[in-house]
Amino acid sequence: MKVNGISHAAPSDPRRLLSDHLRHDLGLTGTHVGCEHGVCGCCTVLLDGAPVRSCLMLAVQAEGHDVSTVEGLAAAGGPLHPVQQAFHECQGLQCGFCTPGFLMSVVGLLAQHPNPTPQQIEEGIAGNLCRCTGYGSIRRAVHRAVELSRE
Amino acid sequence: MKPPPFEYHAPTTVEEACELLGSLEDAKVLAGGQSLIPLLNFRLARPAHLVDINRLRGLDAIYERDGGVAVQALARQAAVEDSEVVARVCPLLTAAVRLVAHRVIRNRGTVCGSLAHADSASELPAVLLALGGHVIARSTRGDRVIPVGELFTGVFETALAPNELLAEAWFPASPGPFGICEESRRHGDFALAGAVRAAGMLALFGVAPTPVLADPLDPTRGLQPSGDLEATPEFRLHLVREMTEKVFAA
Amino acid sequence: MTTKWFGERVQRVEDDRLLRGNGRFTDDIDDGALESCLVRSPYAHARITSVDVSAARALPGVVAVYLASDLPFGDRDLPILIPHPSLTHGRTQRCLASDLVRYAGEAVAFVVAESRHVAEDAADLVQVEYEPLPVVITPEVGAAATDLVHEDVPGNIAAEMLQEVGDVGAALARAPHRQSLRFRFERGAACPMEGRAVWARWSESEGKLTVYDSTQSPTSIRGGLSVLFGLPESNVEVIAPDVGGGFGPKIMLFYPDEVLVPFAAMQLGRPVKWTEDRQEHFTAVNQERGQLHEVEVGFDDEGRVLALSVDFLHDTGAYTPYGLILPIITAAQVPGPYRVSNYRVRFRAVYTNATPTSPYRGAGRPHACFVMERTLDSIAKELKLDRAEIRRRNFIQPDQFPYNLGVVWQDGNTVVYDSGNYPALLEKALTMLGPRPGGDHVGMGLGVYVEGTGVGPYEGAHVQVLVSGKVVAATGIPSQGQAHATVFAQVVADELGLDVADVKVTGGDTRRFPWGVGTFASRGAVTAGNAMAVTARMVADKAKLIAGEQLEVDPADLELVGGSVRVKGSPDRGITLAALSVLANPVRYAFGGGTEAASQFASKRRPGPPLQEGEQPGLEATGYYSPPGSTWASGCHAAYVRVDPKTFRLEVLKYVVVHDCGRVINPLVVEGQIEGGVAQGIGGAFYERLAFDAEGQLRNASFMEYLIPYATEVPEIEIHHIETPSPLNPLGVKGAGEAGVIPVGAVIGSAIEEALGVPITEMPLSPLKLFELSRR
Repeated sequence: MKVNGISHAAPSDPRRLLSDHLRHDLGLTGTHVGCEHGVCGCCTVLLDGAPVRSCLMLAVQAEGHDVSTVEGLAAAGGPLHPVQQAFHECQGLQCGFCTPGFLMSVVGLLAQHPNPTPQQIEEGIAGNLCRCTGYGSIRRAVHRAVELSRE
Repeated sequence: MKPPPFEYHAPTTVEEACELLGSLEDAKVLAGGQSLIPLLNFRLARPAHLVDINRLRGLDAIYERDGGVAVQALARQAAVEDSEVVARVCPLLTAAVRLVAHRVIRNRGTVCGSLAHADSASELPAVLLALGGHVIARSTRGDRVIPVGELFTGVFETALAPNELLAEAWFPASPGPFGICEESRRHGDFALAGAVRAAGMLALFGVAPTPVLADPLDPTRGLQPSGDLEATPEFRLHLVREMTEKVFAA
Repeated sequence: MTTKWFGERVQRVEDDRLLRGNGRFTDDIDDGALESCLVRSPYAHARITSVDVSAARALPGVVAVYLASDLPFGDRDLPILIPHPSLTHGRTQRCLASDLVRYAGEAVAFVVAESRHVAEDAADLVQVEYEPLPVVITPEVGAAATDLVHEDVPGNIAAEMLQEVGDVGAALARAPHRQSLRFRFERGAACPMEGRAVWARWSESEGKLTVYDSTQSPTSIRGGLSVLFGLPESNVEVIAPDVGGGFGPKIMLFYPDEVLVPFAAMQLGRPVKWTEDRQEHFTAVNQERGQLHEVEVGFDDEGRVLALSVDFLHDTGAYTPYGLILPIITAAQVPGPYRVSNYRVRFRAVYTNATPTSPYRGAGRPHACFVMERTLDSIAKELKLDRAEIRRRNFIQPDQFPYNLGVVWQDGNTVVYDSGNYPALLEKALTMLGPRPGGDHVGMGLGVYVEGTGVGPYEGAHVQVLVSGKVVAATGIPSQGQAHATVFAQVVADELGLDVADVKVTGGDTRRFPWGVGTFASRGAVTAGNAMAVTARMVADKAKLIAGEQLEVDPADLELVGGSVRVKGSPDRGITLAALSVLANPVRYAFGGGTEAASQFASKRRPGPPLQEGEQPGLEATGYYSPPGSTWASGCHAAYVRVDPKTFRLEVLKYVVVHDCGRVINPLVVEGQIEGGVAQGIGGAFYERLAFDAEGQLRNASFMEYLIPYATEVPEIEIHHIETPSPLNPLGVKGAGEAGVIPVGAVIGSAIEEALGVPITEMPLSPLKLFELSRR
């Protein structure tokens, strides 16, 4: 499978979840695990460009696919991705644990709807739980990300 | 919350998949995985074998046939949601699939998987029932058409044999007035109760071991819903009446 | 000072690495660690009759399986974190139960394996035979004491405490009106997005134990482990790295894993890690909020409260590891912002066969606020008074501070409100709320509260100017998202005349700062914030002293601006902090940074030894701040809601917050705390209820069934700050972490009562609950 554009060997254990494979076999610990039953969204990654729960996939299932994780959004030391930048400007994060999942969900949302309606934004972030922010700042961040993406 | 041990199979042809399902003891089909993998993670399901059908080729079509729309086993719910064919031929299905969990789940989850999982609180079995559709069960012996009236046999139980793969679901075109209405605790949660209308037909979900057809004029007749933390039987019956009124008011 | 960071909306310095996926949470740390899992009791109350671990030990990949009998401390009860004289029957669990289990989820065995998968496989193979015992669930059943949770605790009463101010009996008897009311709050859970996790490594050669722990108090864990393992504290390092939310329950002494993981690492000579999964989080992590309150209130024709008597049961769960903090807070906080001259409060902390309790954001206050606010609403209804007006008539007035409530506070002192302006909070909230939206089944809710924040005993800080001129600062308390590294940098930057970007703050790492208490009780800004200010001021004074000697100027005539100490009024006469940091060390093994600049100054301008008595090398200081008493923050929330009369679905149409936490260091951060708190409050008011059945089984132990609000359930929240500075501390700050959650239940309850016309006396609500109430 390719992760952030780099090819990796196939996972050896079929019962390894994609989330665990990314974190513990590939060392990409930016993808977080918050519930392992698909509700919280902390583990959201892009599979061939669309956001999915990495805790609800076996790693072997990602063979032959492109996986994108939060580490792939911005080059090390380079400027932040517009969605990351927007979350920073709007304080769309506090503890930062749910953040990678939100970022990947929003990246997927904006790929699908570059100019989302407020309703689409609401639904686009409605599959991720955040226990710190109360979501207001995350909503503002998505609006800001749309602006930054246009610039 | 890590899956228990299982033997993993990833067939690349339908024939191979059917052979595996026919020969393996205690095998489960892994399609979108959005229901099965949580069960594995909780170790509530411990199948000896997982037959992953995601590598089957040519089984993800959504196409028009026989005055309805056919959705194959690997068509993701998101693809159905975005499908112009579905929107044109069976807009009820478009509306219903939007109520299934969240987009991130629908990106992976499949329509056929929802039907095979047969959660009585989920939307799509009730939609198939209201429309009077069918599914095609495939096995090494060939295809078998199961009308929706025979498909759902109990709580999480269907008429599919262990060696059969739910290869395709066929949803007749939405007739005249249609609608779906459900009440859930949070956006995207399973429904406490829901109603699907297809012209004069009414199917209810979340209120019986399987989705059920009901009389629009007396929707709760004969219903004996179970109670849980979020809804007593009485509240479910109340919601059934409200949901029915809403779908028929539209 | 030309720069001033205090009060600015400084953007968080923590964000960059968190946004890039470069955060470092405990489970991210690996280093070849073995993984582990706990075997937990499925029964809420049972006697263990036999345990067989042979099959588990034989499973390939299993490294060790521990039972209580394998632990040198296996027969010791874990400590009570905060003992109290009224806790006459305090009980704590052991690391691993060997005889009795008293809640479902209590740990029985500990499995260490090459992977978590194998550890779970082995846990499945551990054979434990249980003999079920009668289960005690809910505080009423506990108090009825038909069955006992602990054989040696009569009546299931862990503690009883009665306090009275004035003469409640006489005042009630004299009161023109009286009401008897009953209010119930059910259990909820904090559910931080990151569960708990512990990683430990033992270095035999150094005799050093290193523990990463997603805790809110690494210093207490370090202290506890050093005693348990007989190590000097300097040989135990405990680090709370990035912590994915805390909200209270990530502080204990100890959760069993916090002892077992280091123990196994020492035994096995390999790093060991334990990462909680969400399922066990629901039963193994402390919970809160289960209380039942009986209220008697006497009042006059104008609605003024003359006497208030509150008698409540606190469901403490199976053990009391945290002491009595929760009911003590409720008891102290019921009167809130109101004059209640005759107040009696009694509580009984009751054992039940449920998960133990400890503070969850709000900690006893949401219930206290609910009791008082609902009582006032009820009086207003009887007297046909406006709900805002009855509050106006009962408020403590701005000229009445300090206001002594006369009841005991969690720090052992008496509750004394330091400052506040409660009428202003209410009037501003009403203005912000604006006119009532049209439509049927719309209700308005109001809630006013005070919050004791910033409890002691102390926090400390170390602040050091490096040779580069940059500053590092450290404190003992960790952050779980509260942006300590930003706000403390603001405080230090102001004291030292620097840019925020030049101050790097570390928290929760005993290697950097070994003393402290913890992040809880809305105390970080007050305790550690002031410790940072005090300590940075010590560094500034030292810098002025050295610069004064070198420049031959009275230090009082110097100021710190733009990275230099300079003569007031002569901006070109000064020395950079970088150079001063070199000069502050009599032996200058330094290069780069301020070294060259320093070389133009003599190393010694005064007689005597280079380091004189009381002096330390380096431009750095260690300081502490110990508050004389709590600071009392306050606020008013108001909302309009609509309830669908058919589905009983709740829609929050408008939600406003007026908040007073004294001087605000960073409004951006405080607003984030409030918004998050309100969201948790909405969860606690309408979605989140831990549902134990009569057998003590938690029936909704997953995120599918325990309903944390998504974005779709949380409205936009409008926030306004009022600042009445605390007179108690140098910065004038009060705490803000918990405030957002406190009055939400009262506000939503009041609004729904009006919208539906049904009496609301319990929390949380749900469509089902409202359906049933509307049928009565």
